[in-house]
Amino acid sequence: MDHGPASDWSKDKASNFKTRIGIWMFMLYAIIYLGFILINTINPSLMASDIGGLNLAIIYGFGLIIFALMLAFVYNAICSAAEEELNGTIPDLGEEKE
Amino acid sequence: MYETSLGAIGVFVAFVLFVLWISYYFARRTKSSKGYFAAGGNIHWSINGIAFAGDYLSAASFLGICGMIATVGYDGFLYSIGYLAGWIVALFVIAEPMKRLGKFTFTDALDAKFNSRGIQLTAAISTLVVSIFYLIPQMVGAGTLVTPLLGLPHHVGVILVGTIVIIIVATAGMASTTYVQFLKGGLLIIFSISIVLITLYNGLATSPKTGHDEVYHEFKALPVTFNGEHKPIPTDVAYALSGTVEPTKGMVFAKLSRDGKDSWWYLAKDEAGADVLTEAYWVTQLAAPIRDSKGAMVSVLYNGIPKTDSKPLQAGHIQKLMFHGQRIAEARNLSIVEFLGTIKESTITRFSSKTIDDGKDKVTVYYQNPTPGKELLAPGVKFKVSKGATFMDKMNFASLMMALFFGTAALPHILIRYYTVPTPAAARKSTIVAIAAIGLFYVLTLFMGLGAMVNGVVDLTDDNMSAPLLARSFGVTLFAIISAIAFATVLGTVSGLIVASSGAVAHDLMDRFFNMKLTDKGKVFAGKISAIVVGILAMILGIIYKGMNVSYLVGWAFAVAASANLPAIVMLLFWKGTTKRGIAASIITGIVASVGMILLSPDMFERYGLVRSSAPIGLNNPGIISIPLSFVVLVVVSLMTKQTPALAAKKTS
Repeated sequence: MDHGPASDWSKDKASNFKTRIGIWMFMLYAIIYLGFILINTINPSLMASDIGGLNLAIIYGFGLIIFALMLAFVYNAICSAAEEELNGTIPDLGEEKE
Repeated sequence: MYETSLGAIGVFVAFVLFVLWISYYFARRTKSSKGYFAAGGNIHWSINGIAFAGDYLSAASFLGICGMIATVGYDGFLYSIGYLAGWIVALFVIAEPMKRLGKFTFTDALDAKFNSRGIQLTAAISTLVVSIFYLIPQMVGAGTLVTPLLGLPHHVGVILVGTIVIIIVATAGMASTTYVQFLKGGLLIIFSISIVLITLYNGLATSPKTGHDEVYHEFKALPVTFNGEHKPIPTDVAYALSGTVEPTKGMVFAKLSRDGKDSWWYLAKDEAGADVLTEAYWVTQLAAPIRDSKGAMVSVLYNGIPKTDSKPLQAGHIQKLMFHGQRIAEARNLSIVEFLGTIKESTITRFSSKTIDDGKDKVTVYYQNPTPGKELLAPGVKFKVSKGATFMDKMNFASLMMALFFGTAALPHILIRYYTVPTPAAARKSTIVAIAAIGLFYVLTLFMGLGAMVNGVVDLTDDNMSAPLLARSFGVTLFAIISAIAFATVLGTVSGLIVASSGAVAHDLMDRFFNMKLTDKGKVFAGKISAIVVGILAMILGIIYKGMNVSYLVGWAFAVAASANLPAIVMLLFWKGTTKRGIAASIITGIVASVGMILLSPDMFERYGLVRSSAPIGLNNPGIISIPLSFVVLVVVSLMTKQTPALAAKKTS
């Protein structure tokens, strides 16, 4: 039996670049997430402090969700640009093979 | 007992039939093993992205998180934050490499470089263990849902879900699972938005509307004086004190009798600081069962009435509503900032519980616990992190947040979804769609949970139903739709897990590890048989674990997944020195350490009926120890088993 990947997409010249960018963005997010855990464990009363009608807990929590989404969009834009530059245009959707 | 409605049953049945039709439709197109295990690998990324959301937003999210927020506020929302953050690991580290390396299963990806039987065996076992850990809460959730919706007992719900899922999975595999997930994920988000919009429009009030024609119960407070034995005596002479119970120091429950009927009250101070007895709800576990109005034997009473004759115990309201610094009775049509700001300034009456002995019977008293909104919108109500928290409490919290962060990208039913799309770029894009959909949903959980908390809908005996019951207070049709979607939520997640397990058995174990040389058709057949076996096993576990908290077990499933799978995936991708023995050892260490620590934790000791403090390990969440341990074992074993280049060259020649 053949155990190659599901689709032939092996010659992605952008893959090293994408991996590097991915790791950096992961580190950035991990640090901010770690900050959230540290405040919660070391100085939880800080989380209850007011920020414009709400508090730090709500702002930081929503912030983590929204920041994840923003990073995701930025990552996709960078990767797509790199793929286009290094590989040429690649269709997202494979043709129906059945 | 909840009243069942024909409309609700109609919507539900129509939904289930539609889902079965989708399975039948795709079953005719699924012939090959690639079609069965990976939906042919040609699902569009946008559909796969929403299907990810469908897979991920399981019973734990919709039922568990909303229920936890409805009872403890912000601490429940911490789960939302952790679950979403986990997708960052999936997107930046796992998505594209997984797609590049694998074919059908997570084992393929791990094994792509080595072709090692050790990896095939350990990774397949890990997939099975994590899937089964994750399946239990889903099945329990299914049982919980059908009780109010269809008026059926728990085990019937579990068997119903099990049977439908087996039909879906055994007929069509991943293709139908994907479209069911897409449909369900989309509907869940649309209807959650509707619930939040209605909640904001209805706003906040000290006397919430619990339904179209139901009036919220006004909880009484009786002024008291103390007699010579320092017992509280109501000044209202219609009530006579029958006795008091002091479960812990300074906490007093009083049993009062009026017109020959007993009721339970809790000694507290009113706003002016005077002593009052506040009205409580209570559940009695009778030593000797009695007959209800229909003649059936019942041993549980709600507020002194047989459970089967009583309305469910739903409560929770705003005691003191502050809006822009003024005390008011209601505030309508609020923005999201106003909604949260108003809750923060107000005081909310939650209901806490305590079980006491009353003669031979056991009584659980649900007493009013007014909590400042400020406390509910910051961590600390459930997870002890502030005053009086021990080092272990803090470790537990950090450990849970760590498991949620690293667990997502190691869940087998999430990982197999990377093989349904055609390219690594499509894998990446579908992850981003998933993050958008799931992030939006998790923001909504805070509003659904808090909405349930203040609108008198939380079922005190089972907080899992908070979000559907909030919908029920807006109308039975919305409730029926939401329940059908919640049921499909369970259905979809269970089918994803069963596909992952059947892939582990048929593809990784039978075809590769035991080298049974299955034909393509034979592999699909083996997959279907495994799906049926795993499905039946899940049904049995779902019935055994009835009443177990849904979110609770999911947190553990994340810890097991993160410990067993993540170190192997990450190190394989980013460290050239990783060896096949290192991977196999790390997977085994991860499973044994995390499952072992869970079994020896204080929470489990309580479940065994033993004293919490007798547990040999103080931690309830193993992640903070088992995840690093699994990494360390991988590195050490890899270094020990590393072949020198000369030796490797000799072997290959």
